[in-house]
Amino acid sequence: MVRRSSVLIAIGTIMLSTTAFAQQQKIKVGVTATLEGTYTVLGEDGIRGFQTALNVLGKTVGDKELEFVIASTDATPDSAVRAVRKLIEQDKVQILLSPLSGDEGIAVKNFAKTHPELTFVNAASGAQETTYVDPAPNFFRYNMDGAQWQVGLGKYAYETKGYRKIATVGEDYSFIYTQVFGLVLEFCGAGGQVTNRQWVPLGTKDFASVIAALPDDVDAIYLGLGGADAVNFLNQYQQAGGKAHLMGGSIMIDQTILSSKGSAKNALIGTIAASGQADTWDDPGWQKFVKAYQDAFPPNKRFPSPSLLATNYYDSTMALILALRQVNGDLSDNQAKLKDALAKIEIDAPNGKIKLDSNRQAIGTNFVTEVVDDGKGALFSKVVKVIPNVNQTLGYDPAVFAKIGLPSRTVPECKKY
Amino acid sequence: MTASRFIERHPVWALIVLVAAALLLWLLLAVWPPGLEEAIGRKRVFLNAIFNGITLGGLYFLVASGFTLIFGLMRNVNLAHGSLYLFGGYVGYGISTATGSWLLGFIGAFVLVALVGIILQIVVFRRMEGQDLRQTMVTIGLSIVFADLMLWAFGGDFYQIATPQWLIGPVQMPFVTAVKSSGEAVYLQYPLVRLVIFAASVVIGVLMWLALNRTRVGLMVRAGVDDRDILAATGIPIQLVFVFVFALGAGLAGIAGVVGGTFQSISPGEDTRFLLASLVVVIVGGMGSIPGAALGAVIIGLAEQLGSVYIPTYAIVVTFLIMVVVLALRPQGLVARR
Repeated sequence: MVRRSSVLIAIGTIMLSTTAFAQQQKIKVGVTATLEGTYTVLGEDGIRGFQTALNVLGKTVGDKELEFVIASTDATPDSAVRAVRKLIEQDKVQILLSPLSGDEGIAVKNFAKTHPELTFVNAASGAQETTYVDPAPNFFRYNMDGAQWQVGLGKYAYETKGYRKIATVGEDYSFIYTQVFGLVLEFCGAGGQVTNRQWVPLGTKDFASVIAALPDDVDAIYLGLGGADAVNFLNQYQQAGGKAHLMGGSIMIDQTILSSKGSAKNALIGTIAASGQADTWDDPGWQKFVKAYQDAFPPNKRFPSPSLLATNYYDSTMALILALRQVNGDLSDNQAKLKDALAKIEIDAPNGKIKLDSNRQAIGTNFVTEVVDDGKGALFSKVVKVIPNVNQTLGYDPAVFAKIGLPSRTVPECKKY
Repeated sequence: MTASRFIERHPVWALIVLVAAALLLWLLLAVWPPGLEEAIGRKRVFLNAIFNGITLGGLYFLVASGFTLIFGLMRNVNLAHGSLYLFGGYVGYGISTATGSWLLGFIGAFVLVALVGIILQIVVFRRMEGQDLRQTMVTIGLSIVFADLMLWAFGGDFYQIATPQWLIGPVQMPFVTAVKSSGEAVYLQYPLVRLVIFAASVVIGVLMWLALNRTRVGLMVRAGVDDRDILAATGIPIQLVFVFVFALGAGLAGIAGVVGGTFQSISPGEDTRFLLASLVVVIVGGMGSIPGAALGAVIIGLAEQLGSVYIPTYAIVVTFLIMVVVLALRPQGLVARR
């Protein structure tokens, strides 16, 4: 009897130690991307950026191997939380690389607080609130937010292009609020006027009435749309014979739209925009990344040049892998060492150096761009201006910035703060 | 009920309808006084919303008419109808990209989707005739399977069917939107492609009406709608009529897919969106009635477009509110068949 139970205990111990052994060898990372819905194309290219990072950096950390589980979302906050929950509870991931879209980011950040022992690295979402309001100590964002990505655009539009009055059309959710926030702050600060802000639900198919309601007494119309919405808008804009000057948000003037099929995208030639990257930047680090992206996939399975989403996923994956290597994959003590390393790390990303502020939000480089035709029918964003060291308060004194309020349909007011 | 009898029976309602029609006509034709423009915005926006609503209604009619036809005759609630729409869109995209011909895309989509419809009718529906619940469950299952198969084959990308060159751009409509200070009238500019598509759906609607009311096959279909068993007893090959109607309904959904892919876009998820739209249209208009589908489609199209312009925050609710009101006051639909 004693003998039998001791055998059982021995077997049990062996089994326990083998599972412990197996866990030591692997670090499980959960990744989410919008592989459904309006932002499908963005999610797909995000994953390409992620895979490019793995090609370049490899999947090993010391003697451990990284294992990735990918889950799909559809840009709604509940889909993101569902995916993250599934990754944690079912796939037992230890680290998350998530999410892609603005509203998802706010939801995942809040969810991160219920799992303080895990580490969340934001993949690409860019709503201001995510890291600005009540940030989660275990949530790290290596891309700038929507407002930071608009830095430089307002001044360029006012001073160089001479636009005085503009109107905006944007998708009705947090990321675009943040983008319009950045634009309005700078454009109105320079003396311009934003006469009208139209908001359309994410996933709008029929833009005909929205297009009809665009004012004609403005110098330019700013488009804060992305994915299928942007393509639908442009197509119907062409059918309606629209001819206004356009300005673009960061996911509007992006390869996800610039390489869409059909001729509607040609309305964007000459459009000015701002984003965390510019397709034609001649920086060697950027060119190397573009090459790595192009080499990783056949031409019909990728865009001519990586989109902002590919770059963001690349940067986030890079930060995570480098930080893991700094601590040699040590996830003990609730991943304290990894979190410390992530907060301190400075990465030499393809789109400029990135470091984090005290809210674990990126300070990085921004680009003002203009859309050009390369002569063969492909559209690219050309660098007009490079602005380094853009922080979340956009250079404002934090106390002044706090008074402006959080980005929404009507905030900020069009005035000088 | 003829118009004179309606006026006799409901004089108050007739007056309200008359006043509303006159007001609408005035809104469409007159140059708006400045006070009105200030209160509800520019006339151009209003006119556009009206036109957009009607043309969108054209698209909804194409989808819903097939749905209602199939339901009217066979009592099949085909919840895979949205999948037929999406499949038609993909087929139309494939053919029009390969051949460069937009019209071939329509023909190809009609034929192929009609074939899928025939297979569905013979393989699935014939086996469970008269069993509503089973049919509903099976079609829900099929729509999920189709959605995944199409996701597998075409990916999550969105496709847009290229509009032929001669349809791109706006045309001038005979409606004055404003008068310049010089006294020159400004006319409404409207996308040609939407007008053409609307005209096509009107033609299809009229043809369907004629086919149902003026031909022998139409006679059989109508008789079948009224009493299937008696029709079968008279020796008419009723199964053949069923297959024919199912093919026609499915083919219409296929055509609608090409239309939707041209002035909007097709992607995964569109199947359920259009299934829902056609359900709402058919519930509002009256199950099984072609004129009902037309009326319902225009109402829902107008509600969506006017809603998106004048109450953007609540635009999504408006269509369902209409459905709720109709269900509460006239559960058989606005144009009930009997």
